[in-house]
Amino acid sequence: MTAVDVQGLRIAFGDRAVVDDVSFTVEPGECVAIVGESGAGKSLTARALLGLLPGGASATTERLLVAGTDAARLGESGWRALRGRRIALVAQDALAALDPLRRIGREVAEPMEIHGLRADGGRVLELLESVSMPDAERRVRSRPHELSGGLRQRALIASALAADPEVIVADEATTALDATVQARILDLLRGIADSGRAVVFISHDFAAVRRVADRVIVMQAGRIVEQGSVDEVMRSPRSDHARELVTASTPVPRSSALASGAPLLRAADVSKSFDRPAVVGASFVLRAGSTLGVVGESGSGKTTLARMIVGVQHPDSGALEWISPQRVQLVHQNPLGAFDPRWTIGRSLREALQAAGVSRASRAARALELLAEVGLDRALARRRPHELSGGQRQRAAIARALAADPQVLVLDEPVSALDPTVRQRVLDLLSRLQRERALTMVFVSHDLAVIAAVSDDVLVMQDGVIVEQGAVADVFADPRHPFTRELLAAGR
Amino acid sequence: MSRALIRSAGILVSVVIVLWGAATLAFLAFRIIPGDAVSVMLGPQAQVSEEVKDGIRAELGLDRPPLVQYLSYLGGLLHGDLGRSYQLRMPVTEVIGRQLGPTVQLTALALLIALVLALAAALFARRGFARGVVVAAELIVLSSPVFWIGLLLLAVFAFTLGWFPVAGSRTPATLVLPAVTLALPVAALIGQVLRDGIDAAERQPFAETVRARGATPARLVLRHSLRHGAASALTLTAYLVGSLLGGAVLVETVFARPGLGRVTLAAIVNRDLPVVAGIIMLSALVFVIVNVLVELLHPLIDPRLGASGRFEAPAIGERR
Amino acid sequence: MKAAGLWIAGLYLALVALAAFAPDLLATHDPLQTDVRAALQPPSGEHLFGTDQSGRDVLARVVHGAARSAGIGLLATALALVAGLAVGALSGIAPRWADAVLMRVTDILLAFPEFLVALIVVAVLGPGGANVAIAVTIAAVPVYIRLARTQTRTLRVAEHVEAARILGVGRMRAFIRHVVPGVLGSLSVLATIGIGSAILAAAGLSFLGLGPAEPQPEWGLMLAGGRNVLGQAWWISVFPGLAITLTVISATVLGRALRARMEGRAA
Repeated sequence: MTAVDVQGLRIAFGDRAVVDDVSFTVEPGECVAIVGESGAGKSLTARALLGLLPGGASATTERLLVAGTDAARLGESGWRALRGRRIALVAQDALAALDPLRRIGREVAEPMEIHGLRADGGRVLELLESVSMPDAERRVRSRPHELSGGLRQRALIASALAADPEVIVADEATTALDATVQARILDLLRGIADSGRAVVFISHDFAAVRRVADRVIVMQAGRIVEQGSVDEVMRSPRSDHARELVTASTPVPRSSALASGAPLLRAADVSKSFDRPAVVGASFVLRAGSTLGVVGESGSGKTTLARMIVGVQHPDSGALEWISPQRVQLVHQNPLGAFDPRWTIGRSLREALQAAGVSRASRAARALELLAEVGLDRALARRRPHELSGGQRQRAAIARALAADPQVLVLDEPVSALDPTVRQRVLDLLSRLQRERALTMVFVSHDLAVIAAVSDDVLVMQDGVIVEQGAVADVFADPRHPFTRELLAAGR
Repeated sequence: MSRALIRSAGILVSVVIVLWGAATLAFLAFRIIPGDAVSVMLGPQAQVSEEVKDGIRAELGLDRPPLVQYLSYLGGLLHGDLGRSYQLRMPVTEVIGRQLGPTVQLTALALLIALVLALAAALFARRGFARGVVVAAELIVLSSPVFWIGLLLLAVFAFTLGWFPVAGSRTPATLVLPAVTLALPVAALIGQVLRDGIDAAERQPFAETVRARGATPARLVLRHSLRHGAASALTLTAYLVGSLLGGAVLVETVFARPGLGRVTLAAIVNRDLPVVAGIIMLSALVFVIVNVLVELLHPLIDPRLGASGRFEAPAIGERR
Repeated sequence: MKAAGLWIAGLYLALVALAAFAPDLLATHDPLQTDVRAALQPPSGEHLFGTDQSGRDVLARVVHGAARSAGIGLLATALALVAGLAVGALSGIAPRWADAVLMRVTDILLAFPEFLVALIVVAVLGPGGANVAIAVTIAAVPVYIRLARTQTRTLRVAEHVEAARILGVGRMRAFIRHVVPGVLGSLSVLATIGIGSAILAAAGLSFLGLGPAEPQPEWGLMLAGGRNVLGQAWWISVFPGLAITLTVISATVLGRALRARMEGRAA
């Protein structure tokens, strides 16, 4: 019996269709991934399988069979019988997806209570153990904020499995996790599929898809543009969009022509603590004209290191020595927060120019030049930050940093929040700017693939310590430190 | 275990500091008011010779050096001695104690009515027309002076319809209109916060998870969102109690009921400073008790709170 | 629907302002003129709001009372805003310990509703119109202190301020151009909503007889005056109460709209 059978799904807000003519099937034991950029309609499609569309959205299907039940014209009470019992949802970010005021045990037991199954402590423990939750007896009484990201996600998965559904829908279930943790959760989801359930895996990350899915469906603007086995689609994508996505997810490592520029900055045994040590004993060299990648998971100290290079933070001990004085600018991790929300982009640019000493008369013109340089339309100068898309904001942030005519540009997670194709374009922009302005860059990211594509040298950080460093090609070909190996393995 | 101990110690220290602060403030306030305390108490009309005034000063102990007065005042407080009202010739504790009962009755009933109203409004009038009506009613009630609401209710239900007695405090029926009057603004505020809290909770991702498990809307509210709403409402408790006390003064005046309102008003108008100081200390004590209770209850409802932020001010936005 | 409500609120407040500055335009009778023969008359063509126990025209008294009753709310709020801004902003840039002490005290004050604080201040100072004004001002101040301080603290270390500093914008300039407007904006919104609380607190104190004395027209005082004849002459208390309620509703509605607009911009 097919676990999920959708034919001709159409979802519309009023008469505006946002998902159209979507058809696919999922067999038990299979993991089918739905891939696309934001706005492609994949989340809505997933929600339609649960009858959980947002208010104002209406769905029509030619056929909708969920775990053998005809759900095409189900009313709300009919859906309630299916949800949790035959088909379950695992959402992104368990910190928000689990009730923060309730204990894990209660959350895991809830689906069983709702559907009249026996929900005793033994069953709850069984479920937690089945998702490899360490120290399960103690964790039953914990609350979500007391667990780490990975453990929380496991608890969320356990609660989805509680009433023994045939179908699991995982919507960006691993996106908010660190790379190594993500790998383990993906393996868990793979295991769930292997044990006979059907898993629908929504993601924008092809690398994750490769790890967990058998087949993949590529969506764009509400329609399916390609489907097939993961290997097929990734090796020889037939549609343009799929090709774009696949290319964006496997960035080409950079050919480093400038392997050795003159040293600009020497760091010797630099340390910084807040309540906890953030950076411990960091030593490295930054070479002119090159890009230094700093990679690590959250809490590794990479942002603190970047801020020390900019000069916003000062080391508690050790020396950060610039060989000759340099103009250093920072592109923040969160461009929305880095612009004054009440000011237009143009005004923020002019402020930066004023601070850089540009005369009042030429500021307006220079601001428009900067916008053009980063590929933004002049009209955006009159908009406010929240009116721009993520990609546009990132470019605006880069433009503003360029206003001060820097020689060194430090970028903190500049592309993490962007869709793969947008990401690619921003990375291309950065590499063009580097060539045209002879910039030295420091690029901080948690994403190994991105680092590999843009950096010449790399620093691998874990818990504040640089565990490995060197030329990107060397470190990636022959990682020495176990953490580096783990990171590389997680990415494959 | 030791964390709980440290927290309790912290709470105790705060309690002592606040009470001490209030006592000192009350003490200082009456030393800095313009004019001499005795003349103020006697009133501008009193034609009394300086010797008599000095005699009164000595009787009240006001001729001793300030530091001694302060210390003996504090000492008295520790024994539960709030001083003596010169005008009424009674210990302040007796003056206040006699009238405490009716006010507590009124306030307790009002709080109960308010909670019931607020819960009903927050749970049953969440959408559509009912919600619009309730929101408008809350705005009107919170914008109206509580004594005007009382007068309106009196005019309609007592004078015109004759359902309830016009004044007095003999029968339980006399308690109804005053309690409802006092309850309305409190209900409006609690209802607002509760409803906003429930709505905010249901906009969060976990609400979707709960629905995805097959839960009915009732289950979502009762087992999940209500607790979130209650957590935000709890931060308002001290403010609400203050609202009830202040409102009680006004409502008792409107309905001509005995109680702390009468005592306070008389003390203010007659410039009976010891009694006023006593009322201030009572307010401080109530405030402290309420805050300790909230401190103890809050982590039970919202376990995310660490041992931080004692006497947290309620969110400003929630006021109106 | 919402827009209509805002217009009505604005118009009503304009009416109140008119009553405060040019009462004779709205009321033909003299508010202090007594005429015992015409006492306790219900609303009619001659006296739109009726007359009170002394035969005074209630409409005239309500109109002439606007200056005092609404005015005190405005005055107290304006003073409290300035004082709160000064103290709060200073606390925002003061050393941690000073800030902590001040905030603890403010928090304790904030836990009391304005009316109660004002009552206590009047208890200390004694009754009187001027004392009520002082009391209401003092009661209103803590809210502004807290908001000014929180906004100052938050904005000082806000990312966009730091970003400006990294770009080379001077410390003072960054403060004035990024922090101050944000603080002023938030406070203005609060003030619009706060005028209502101040008016209610002042009216409450006057109702208790702790404010301005007879025969001055003042809304709270008039409400108290009508209490004893409530059965026979409801209009003496109802109209002043209505005036208070409508004024507070209008101020609140406008304030909320202003807040929604400000939050929408910064979203």
